[in-house]
Amino acid sequence: MDRRTFLSTGAVGIAATTFAPRLAFAKAATDRRFLFVIQRGAADGLAILAPTGDPNYARLRPQLSADVAGGTKLDPMFTLHPALKQVAAMTAARQALLVHAVASPYRDRSHFDGQNVLETGGALPYRLQDGWMNRLLRTMPDDPQAIAFAPTVPPALRGPAQVASYAPSNLPQAGDDLMIRVGDLYARDAQLGQLWNEALQARSTAGDLAGGKGAAAAGALAARMMKGPAGARIGMIETDGWDTHTAQKGRLNAQLNGLDAMLGAYRDGLGEDWKNTLVLVATEFGRTAKENGTGGTDHGTGSTAFLLGGAVNGGRVLSDWPGLADAALYDGRDLKPTISLDALVATALAQHFGQDPARMAGILFPDTGSAPLRQTLAIA
Amino acid sequence: MTDLAFAMNRFGLGPRGDQPVAGRDGREWVEAQLTQKLAALPNVPSRAEAAEALTAYRTERRDVKAGGMMMPASMPMAPATSPPPAADDKAMRRAARPPELVEALKDQRALYLRAVDARMSAALSTPTPFLERMAHFWANHFAVGATKATTVGYAGLLELDAIRPNLTGRFTDLLLAVERHPAMLLYLDQAQSVGPNSMAGQRAGARGRNIGLNENLAREIMELHTLGVRTGYSQADVTEFARALTGWTVAGLGRGPMQRFLTGPPGDFAFAEVLHEPGTRTILGKRYGMDGEAQARAVLMDLSVHPATARHIATKLTRHFVADDPPPAVVAKVEHAFIGSGGDLPTVYRALIASPEAWQPDSPKFRNPWDWTVASLRALDVPAPPAQRTVGLLQELGMPVWRPTSPAGFDDIAASWAGPDALVRRVEAAQRFATAAGQGKDARALAPRVLGARLTDATATAISRAESPATGLALLLVSPEFLRR
Repeated sequence: MDRRTFLSTGAVGIAATTFAPRLAFAKAATDRRFLFVIQRGAADGLAILAPTGDPNYARLRPQLSADVAGGTKLDPMFTLHPALKQVAAMTAARQALLVHAVASPYRDRSHFDGQNVLETGGALPYRLQDGWMNRLLRTMPDDPQAIAFAPTVPPALRGPAQVASYAPSNLPQAGDDLMIRVGDLYARDAQLGQLWNEALQARSTAGDLAGGKGAAAAGALAARMMKGPAGARIGMIETDGWDTHTAQKGRLNAQLNGLDAMLGAYRDGLGEDWKNTLVLVATEFGRTAKENGTGGTDHGTGSTAFLLGGAVNGGRVLSDWPGLADAALYDGRDLKPTISLDALVATALAQHFGQDPARMAGILFPDTGSAPLRQTLAIA
Repeated sequence: MTDLAFAMNRFGLGPRGDQPVAGRDGREWVEAQLTQKLAALPNVPSRAEAAEALTAYRTERRDVKAGGMMMPASMPMAPATSPPPAADDKAMRRAARPPELVEALKDQRALYLRAVDARMSAALSTPTPFLERMAHFWANHFAVGATKATTVGYAGLLELDAIRPNLTGRFTDLLLAVERHPAMLLYLDQAQSVGPNSMAGQRAGARGRNIGLNENLAREIMELHTLGVRTGYSQADVTEFARALTGWTVAGLGRGPMQRFLTGPPGDFAFAEVLHEPGTRTILGKRYGMDGEAQARAVLMDLSVHPATARHIATKLTRHFVADDPPPAVVAKVEHAFIGSGGDLPTVYRALIASPEAWQPDSPKFRNPWDWTVASLRALDVPAPPAQRTVGLLQELGMPVWRPTSPAGFDDIAASWAGPDALVRRVEAAQRFATAAGQGKDARALAPRVLGARLTDATATAISRAESPATGLALLLVSPEFLRR
C-alpha cells in the first residue's frame, strides 16, 4: 500500500471510529472559489500600480519612478509594473480589477498590528479573535472546505470553523504504522485530534504535486487542491518579503515576478474553474510616497489591492485618486486612502457568492460597518 | 518540593535522557542558574571574519555587475512557507554566477553554519538550560534575519556576542550591546542612514544625489525592542529618533570617500560624525541636546527603563514561560520587578519563577519547533547533528534558525505552531530522530524520566505497544505531553 492509498483509506478509516471526520471533501453548495494572497511586509502600491500620470510621482521618486518604465499603461494615470505580465494579460481579458489608494481601517505603521487588522477584520488590532475568512465560512450554506497553503493556519483563517493546511516539505515520510498510532494517540486530544484529521485529508489531496517548489509550483498546488467538484472553495497563500526599506528596485522586481508566476500558474491550473474564481491580493499598508535616502521606501498608508479571476468584472483600475501633491498626502507623507479595503472585500465576496452585501460586511467586518460599494466587482 | 522534570521542561530545554531527575527541587534548580553567566562558546565566528566575508562578497558582486552580468538583487519571491527552490533551479542560477561569487556566498554561509552549530551544541550540553532559553528568547526578541546578503554571516553573531554575555546584567546593557551590533545595524538598514543636514548629506545634495534618512531601526527599537506598539509614541518621535541615530554605522565594509571617517576595526560598530544629523532632538517630549554618538545613546538609555518597556518585556516573558494569554497578575509582578530594579534581569526572571501560575501543569505551552527539536535530541541523548542538517530540519518545521520573516521574530503562541501540516512534519522528524538514536534506547524507561508526572497512561500504553523501539521513541517525541511544556 503506498502512502496515498493509506492516507485516503487506512488512517481516515481508523480515525473515523473516534472522531468522525468527513471521508472526502464534501460537495459544496457553491461552484465559486475564493483565494486570498496576503502580501506581508507592506507592499509598495505606488510602484506596483504606478500613478505615472500624476506630475508629483517623478518628483517624489526621482530614482524609483524609473522602475516602471516598460510597464503596461492601463489608462492615462496608471502603469502596471513590468514584472506583472500575467496580471497585465488578465487585465486585458477583463479578469483583473486593480484598486488603488485602498487601505484597511488601520492608520499606524506597525506591520504586526497592520497585519492583525487586515486578517481579523477588526477596526483596531487585537480587537477580534478570529479571522474574517473564518467568518466567511460561516456565511456559506454547506461546509465549503477551506485550506491554508502553509504548515499552520494564518490568522485570517483562524477561528471556530475547521481549516486544513498543507505545504510541501522535504522531510522523509513517516511510516504507515507510526501515522496510525499517532492518530490514535491524538484522538483523545481536543486540539491535536482535529489538526491531525485535517492534515491527513489535505495530504491525500495534494498527491503528486507535493514535491513542487517555488512560486509557480505554489500556484499550481493551490489550483490542484481547489479545482473540481471536490476541491476546497476557500484558500489562502502567504507571501512575505515586501518590506523594501533599501534597494527596492531589484527586490520588488523579484517579489513581483514571483507573485505574477504564482497567479498565472493558479489560473492555468484551475482550468474551467477559473471562470468561477475570485482572487484577492492585498497588503497591510503601503509605503511612503517619497523614496527614502537608501533607495527604498518607509512604512506608509494607502496601497493597492487586486481582484483577479474569471468572476471579476475587470479590465480597469478602480480608484478615487487623491493625488500626490504635498497637501494631499496622508500625514504629510503617505498616499491617502480613499477606498476602504473592508468595503471592497465585503462587496466583492457578497457579489461573488450571491449574498447580501450589507449582511456580508456586517459579518466579516463587524467593527467597521463599512457600507458596501456601489460598483459591480464580481459577475454573479 | 517542586517537580524537577517539570522545571526542566518549562524553564529549561527538557531533561536529558541520561540526567537524574529524582530527589532535587525544581525551583532551586532554576534559581541556582540566575547568578551564573554563560560560558563563551568554542569555535564561534568573529565580527572580523564576518566583515571579511561580506566585503569579499560585495567586491565579487560589483565585479559581476561591472562585467555586464546583471544579478537579481535577491532571490525571486517564494511563498513564505515554501521550502527553498529545487536543485534544478538552484543549479541553473549557480551556472549564471562566476565561481568567485559562489565561493564568496559559501564563505558567508559557512559562518552562519558555524554559529548554528555553536548554538545547537550549547543547547544540548549546557549546565544552565534556563540561561540558554533566555539567550534564545532574547535573540528572538531582538530578531535579526540571515535573510539578506549583508546579514547571512552576521545574524548568529548578535546572539553569540551581544546577547549571551548580557543575559544576567541590566536590560540597558543588553539593549545597548544589541543596537550597536553590526548585525542589527545592517539588518535594519541603519548602517546606510544619513542625516540630510549632515556633512555627507549636504555634499551629496550639492551633487544632486539623493541620500538620506532610513527610519527602520528607530521604528523597530520603539515598537519591538523597548516600548511596544501602541504605547503613545508618534511618527514624529520615530523620525526624530532616526535623526538621532544617524552616524551609528559599521566600519570597514564599504569603499569610497566615506571610509576614512569610519575608524575602528572592520565589521565593528563605528560612529561617523559626517553622517550625523546636527541639532537637538525632541523624543517623547524630552529634549536631547548632546552631540554625536551620545545623543542616540541617551535616548536608548531612557527607552530601556521606560514603564512601557517594563510592561512590554514582562508581557513577552510571561507569554513565553506561562501562557499564550499571559495572566495579568504575573505580568504585573514581573513588570514591577523590572521597574523596581531598573531592569535588573535576574530580579525580573526571579519574579517570574516565583509566580505560582508559572508552575501550573494544566496550562502547558505548545513547544515551538526549535524548543521541540532541542528537547527531542536531549531526550534521546544524541550529539548535535551537523549544522547543515539542523538548518534544513528547522526550515521544514517552519522555524529556520535566525531567519524569521520579519524583525518581530517568531510568534510565541500555539496557533502559530500547532497547525495540521506542521504536526505531520513533526511526526516525520520524530521518526528520523528515533531511527538515528538506534535500537538501544527504551522509550518505556525514557518516558517517565523526560515527562515526569505529566506522562499519561494513554501515552505510556501507546509507547509500550509500539511495534519497534524506534516507533516507541517517535511516539514519545510526538506525544501530546512532549509537544507541550
